[in-house]
Amino acid sequence: MLNSTVIELSDALAAKKVSSVELTRLYLDRIKGLNGQLNAFITVDEERSLAQARIADERRSRGEAGALTGVPVAHKDIYCTRGFRTTCGSKMLANFRSPYDAHVIERFNAAGAVLLGKTNMDEFAMGSSNETSHFGPVRNPWDPGRVPGGSSGGSAAAVAARMAPAATGTDTGGSIRQPAALCGISGLKPTYGVVSRYGMIAFASSLDQGGPMAKSAADLALLMNAMAGFDARDSTSLERPAEDYGRELKLDVAGLRIGLPKEYFAEGVDPEVLSRVREAIRWFESQGAETLEITLPNTGLAVPVYYVIAPAEASSNLSRFDGVRYGHRAKDYADLNDMYRRTRAEGFGTEVKRRIMIGTYVLSHGYYDAYYLQAQKVRRMIAKDFTEAFTRCDLIMGPTSPSTAFALGAKSDDPVQMYLNDIFTIPAPLAGLPGLSIPCGFDARGLPVGLQIMGNYFAEARMLGAAHRYQQATDWHLRAPNEAPL
Amino acid sequence: MAWEIVVGIETHTQLLTRSKMFSGAPNAFGAAPNTQACAVDIALPGTLPVANRAAIEHAIRFGLAVNGRISPRSVFARKNYFYPDLPKGYQISQYEIPVVQGGTFRFFADKIEKSIRLTRAHLEEDAGKSLHENFSDVTGIDLNRAGTPLLEIVTEPELRGAKEAVAYARALHVLVVWIGICDGNMQEGSFRCDANVSVRKTGDEKLGTRCEIKNLNSFRFMEQAIEYEAARQIEVLEGGGSIVQQTRLYDADRNETRSMRSKEDVQDYRYFPDPDLLPLVISEQDIERVRASMPELPETKRAKLIEAGVPPAQANQITSDIELTRYTVSAIRDASRIATQTVSSLIVGPLSARLNQDNISIDKSKMSADQLRILAQRMEDGTLSGKLAKEIIDAAWAGEGNVDEIIEKRGLRQISDSGAIEKIVDEVLAANAKQVADYRAGKEKAFNSLVGQVMKRSQGKANPAQVNEVLRRKLTSA
Repeated sequence: MLNSTVIELSDALAAKKVSSVELTRLYLDRIKGLNGQLNAFITVDEERSLAQARIADERRSRGEAGALTGVPVAHKDIYCTRGFRTTCGSKMLANFRSPYDAHVIERFNAAGAVLLGKTNMDEFAMGSSNETSHFGPVRNPWDPGRVPGGSSGGSAAAVAARMAPAATGTDTGGSIRQPAALCGISGLKPTYGVVSRYGMIAFASSLDQGGPMAKSAADLALLMNAMAGFDARDSTSLERPAEDYGRELKLDVAGLRIGLPKEYFAEGVDPEVLSRVREAIRWFESQGAETLEITLPNTGLAVPVYYVIAPAEASSNLSRFDGVRYGHRAKDYADLNDMYRRTRAEGFGTEVKRRIMIGTYVLSHGYYDAYYLQAQKVRRMIAKDFTEAFTRCDLIMGPTSPSTAFALGAKSDDPVQMYLNDIFTIPAPLAGLPGLSIPCGFDARGLPVGLQIMGNYFAEARMLGAAHRYQQATDWHLRAPNEAPL
Repeated sequence: MAWEIVVGIETHTQLLTRSKMFSGAPNAFGAAPNTQACAVDIALPGTLPVANRAAIEHAIRFGLAVNGRISPRSVFARKNYFYPDLPKGYQISQYEIPVVQGGTFRFFADKIEKSIRLTRAHLEEDAGKSLHENFSDVTGIDLNRAGTPLLEIVTEPELRGAKEAVAYARALHVLVVWIGICDGNMQEGSFRCDANVSVRKTGDEKLGTRCEIKNLNSFRFMEQAIEYEAARQIEVLEGGGSIVQQTRLYDADRNETRSMRSKEDVQDYRYFPDPDLLPLVISEQDIERVRASMPELPETKRAKLIEAGVPPAQANQITSDIELTRYTVSAIRDASRIATQTVSSLIVGPLSARLNQDNISIDKSKMSADQLRILAQRMEDGTLSGKLAKEIIDAAWAGEGNVDEIIEKRGLRQISDSGAIEKIVDEVLAANAKQVADYRAGKEKAFNSLVGQVMKRSQGKANPAQVNEVLRRKLTSA
């Protein structure tokens, strides 16, 4: 049961083979057994989850169940949830209880899903290894000496270790796809504007996008059907007709044009990662897909551009954490400015402070044009690279991350090395494009490798279709880590 | 040495909307602290702004009224600074591209028509309030005002002197109330001005260094503050000093301005486009829809009233209030030029006096425009002496019925019967031998006194023209 996909669990619930209470209990026990080792969850509230499961079972007995009714889902601790505290991985919000639910949470509540707990994450989603969390690092279930990736590392580890059948994440520069790759699961970052950001604590508003994390592409489609949709409370939410993200799961990959950006198959990428990715691409070719080399010439500028824009927005977004109305406030202070200084010095961790300082700097008078405006120009060039590429191909494939999971502490003292880990995941959010990562094998150490599939705006269904065909032919996505025995 | 005082005004106009600029919380004044602030206003984690369409329409309305350019695409920007009554740590405003660009504004200063250019008008949100009274050791924060929609209206430095600046502000106040975008309540802070003041020698082209005086919330304070500040600057310059650009606060109790902060401490607000909000796009259709709902502007109405026969000074007074104008237009409907003058004189005279006495606005008047027209007609057709208009209005206020009923009930019909008037005049002449003698000795004043006696004896009902005529005849003939 623990190794089942969401679709299988949904079927089992529908067939009354299991109740939501039983299923929830099963996962809660699994969390209890493993969380001490993996630290994937920040907050678990068994009573609250079981109460939701009972309501789901009642709903089902009344014949009012949908596909997700009774299915336990873990949520990244960046989504505001009534009842469960919402920490965003920070000391600043260590005891914060939101009086309202994020739009995504409302959607899962409406679908009858059970909130299984709040997952660990890099502080304010700033990190690629989950080491910046105030609540301690998450460990990779495939090798607890290694990082799970970040910032949605808790969600990725929870799904990989079968502590949750599915989870939500958010992706600003790769925070869904990179941990999905490093933990051997599937994760989708949708087109910007498809999932409402209301109630999702902002890191970089023009980049942040929520998305699902699960074992299979088919599960992601099901979860997207619940998560996506217009929300008038988010001005950047897109008003489009509802769509079924699973509509292209039966896609025939024959004739599909797959672009392979030469910049993504270059030096600096772990050869084993490249081999696994090439093998996956060969499978698509064997099914009749056409591959062609393309170029995304501004790929090398993506990381520097990102580290101007994201910190700029973050420096402003995080100003509300001032100790005045909620969250951490320093105990002793001389005056107002001292209160601000101490509160923020105590409440934020090193990486968050670093980015607030970078962001403040690039927005400052005299530097704005050279950094922020210039970065916005280059951002448009990066988007144009993709627009041109998608005139020649339907999907783009390449590695999600240049390496498999690295050791805890290996990069935490070298921010630039850490930032470069996101080189292949940063371009899609800069362009607002959707990106998907699915497992495509393992390296010699037994660590998972992720295949990234990018598509044009609103091409999620097609991307999921291609991924699903691959997952029909392979079982990488169903492999469970030995370190977390079932 | 002659100095010229140069003033530019920035006005924060609170917009009349049901909800706030970027949230659904009610935009209402006077509620218990922190009861009108929702999750967005207190900047809870995860909340996002959504621009208020009504506030945007108000901005368009203003832009059309001053002939400004409505930006087809304007941008909301974040102004970043820390303050306890600024919940997000930034104010959403407009910086590089405001919703209204340019425009001209005409007004009367000392009966002379002036025209100045507006720089811009932009939308932004208000901050909350820090409360220092009723607290010891701590500051209270009331976020009810946080997120209130504001239109900041900025002039070029083209005003000359305190009086002209105040005349501008008064006329602007009339306009924003007139077009329905602001309630104009200055005590509640709905209309707040900052004045940028500098001085230069008459004839100089170059502007002097300016100081900004913040938060002038009454016209009287504005005039005093500008006058004080200009005098201060002149004194500094004449003493061989130079002006330091700074922000100053006006202290009404001491009638002086004091430095708040200098240019050196000017904060870097790190403006950048708000990534939570899309650019504000305004289409031609949006503009046309608003244009169709625009009332005629004060200057147009004023011209029409003058053309209909209202004396210019009265037209100015009437068109300072849209409701009073509506009332007047209704009351002078189909009236002759002469009757129109009678109507407008009644409105700016006894009717306004009565409204002021009760401190109520024209829409609460207990005499309708139709009744006022009838009152004027009765004066024109000789039924009623003009001296009794006030009594009729007071009676109408007391609920004694319509004008004709009051005239009948109170027996106020004018005495135009010459026999009756001659009888009263004879009585008065007989009883006032001294005044009669004085008049005949050449004291014209005595005549007025005798007229007064006749009117008094007739209880104000005698037709004044006839009284004059009869009295004059009898005094000279006898």
